Amino acid sequence: MRRAFSFSISTALMSEAADPSGRAAPPMVPRIAHVRRRRHDAPDAWTLELEMSDGAPLRYAPGQFNMLTAFGVGEVAISMSGDPASGPLVHTIRAVGPVSHALTRLGAGQLVGVRGPFGVGWPMAQAAGKDVLLVAGGLGLAPLRPAIYRLLGERARFGKVTLLFGARRPEDIIFRHEVESWRGRFDIDVEVTVDHAGADWRGHVGVVTGLISRHEIDPAATVAMVCGPEVMMRFVAMALVDKGLAEDAMYLSMERNMKCAIGHCGHCQLGPTFICRDGPVFTFARLKPLLSVKEL
Amino acid sequence: MENLERILSEHPFFADLDKSFLSLACGCARNAHFEGGRFIFHEGGAADNFYLLRQGRVALQISAPGRGANTFLTLEPGEVFGVNWLVPPYRWSYDARTLESARVIAMDAHCLRNKCEADHDLGYDIMKRLMPILIERLHATRLQFLDLYGAHV
Repeated sequence: MRRAFSFSISTALMSEAADPSGRAAPPMVPRIAHVRRRRHDAPDAWTLELEMSDGAPLRYAPGQFNMLTAFGVGEVAISMSGDPASGPLVHTIRAVGPVSHALTRLGAGQLVGVRGPFGVGWPMAQAAGKDVLLVAGGLGLAPLRPAIYRLLGERARFGKVTLLFGARRPEDIIFRHEVESWRGRFDIDVEVTVDHAGADWRGHVGVVTGLISRHEIDPAATVAMVCGPEVMMRFVAMALVDKGLAEDAMYLSMERNMKCAIGHCGHCQLGPTFICRDGPVFTFARLKPLLSVKEL
Repeated sequence: MENLERILSEHPFFADLDKSFLSLACGCARNAHFEGGRFIFHEGGAADNFYLLRQGRVALQISAPGRGANTFLTLEPGEVFGVNWLVPPYRWSYDARTLESARVIAMDAHCLRNKCEADHDLGYDIMKRLMPILIERLHATRLQFLDLYGAHV
């Protein structure tokens, strides 16, 4: 057993990461990037713009993630949150643990280790020609943002595009100015709700599933992409089932404790699947039996 | 009255209600209008009406000392509020305030309770329409209580 495991690791070490640039990038060895800019997005969330120090851009698909290293502290899985078609590599990070705290404190010019891109992203090809419903909760908007850029960048390829976004409080709405600019467009419907608000908030208050029950969808022609806390995604999926959406037409991005990111260490294992390798995006049809097992 | 009956029948809460029930319920209904920013009722007051929102938006709020008014739910046209009319001691447990000018159907709670008591079929039908709303709001409150988007997740 030990030999088989060692063989797998060494095989992975020698193989190339899924890098469309064609560069030979051993998946366990980080490339070096430096912080170009750091922006405060929410009380506990920062966005880092990174530039690969070797000058070769890191190409990725919407919904994929990188392993980011805060040198001397550790490594953590973070989804890309920028535009995959242009601009710098962008990650939006919530400071919750030592590594993410260290990353969010990095300033311009400081170095970050980057392994990736990893995983299976959002089903952009399957969504072509269909209505797309994006449901985001809290920081879950970050992994969906590359998909939104793609949808808006290739707008004619898709039907009705809708973003339903739930945040904790008005001040926790990430990418606030961008969300406001999307709201002002004619080619995407955006609804935002918060769980708690003071009397001065004029928008929706209530859970994001409430927006779903008010929203009309054509279940036969819709693909849903959902990202947020696991509990929220479970109830969103059920609300979408109630709307008639097929379980294999809704995609959820899972978050688990990822370490190796290549499906070997087992830290992110969910039943028979590895979130890092087989996901993080899965259909609800695939996740449903796993999400109902509390021990998983 | 005919016009009010038509308005009532077009509200999602009474959709497909038996015509005889609709006529009964209509006897308790009146149109009302509230300017934006106005309180429709206050926590602790007598729950003397059941409201069906037709136009505008309404915020349900609870105030806490030192923290001001906290909105826990906003309502859109087609939704209902003031469900305390059904359960003793018939007292509001939150404030309802318009976010913008609102048109509602206000149903006299005493009248509606009496009609439901006199005709249990009507009462049961209304109960079946109210329960899913109450359960959905209870469930939503649980999710809000979990503070899903907090830093602990």
